[in-house]
Amino acid sequence: MTLLLSFISGLMFGLGLIVSGMTNPAKVIGFLDVTGQWDPSLGLVMAGAVLVGFFAFRHVKQTHKTLLGEVAHLPTGQHIDRPLLAGAALFGIGWGLAGYCPGPALASLLAGEIQPVIFTLSMVAGMLLFNRTH
Amino acid sequence: MQIDFAHFTPVSAFVGGILIGLAAAMLILFNGRIAGISGILGGALRFSETRQNQWRLFFLIGLIVSPWAYGLFLALPTVKIHTGTWGIILAGLLVGYGSRLGSGCTSGHGVCGTARLSRRSMAATLTFISSGMITVYLLRHL
Repeated sequence: MTLLLSFISGLMFGLGLIVSGMTNPAKVIGFLDVTGQWDPSLGLVMAGAVLVGFFAFRHVKQTHKTLLGEVAHLPTGQHIDRPLLAGAALFGIGWGLAGYCPGPALASLLAGEIQPVIFTLSMVAGMLLFNRTH
Repeated sequence: MQIDFAHFTPVSAFVGGILIGLAAAMLILFNGRIAGISGILGGALRFSETRQNQWRLFFLIGLIVSPWAYGLFLALPTVKIHTGTWGIILAGLLVGYGSRLGSGCTSGHGVCGTARLSRRSMAATLTFISSGMITVYLLRHL
């Protein structure tokens, strides 16, 4: 049951990325290009997602349980440390370079272009490198 | 700053964002998990965690088949990719390694972390948006 819900969540996440235009790298780079012709769309995607997510997370933060009565796994880290900021900075450089982040890359694998496939293979290599060293 | 009204799509962006928010809400409400794509994929790539990995694989399969499901009803939007192959490879390595080192990406920190008002995630989100903006500035305007 939860596995099916997990599948539906992934599917809906991907559909949201496609509908919002975030699987188009030019649109992502258009948001990051604040000094040029700025496309604020990505900001509205985040606003819509955060708005809905806020109510769900507020509920789970209070109960610490899922609606099915299981334990909810909320992150516990509070500390803003060096790996967090260094990792985010590196991630942002890659994001600005190609206009892909993990979600849109995976949601573009079957869309027909070769670039998301190359990006995903390379991203997996970067993750495996991290897993090997940590 | 000049707003690019020719490419700005406020309605579809907001509607798509709500779908993403619903997907994240569903995963935390029913599975008790954070919809952070880099965490889910990076976790799945630790092949030893076989029991934990079931929900991750189901989520990833849903995400991967989404363009196919969308294509059953509508034509997929056209995309523009200006980065060359070596740029794509470098970007993938940075995104893969960086998102794992920083414990999250646009979905885990940007959407879920911000929605649960985590200071850590907000700091990460501001950092990657800033470094992304600086990267695009250096590539486009210098």
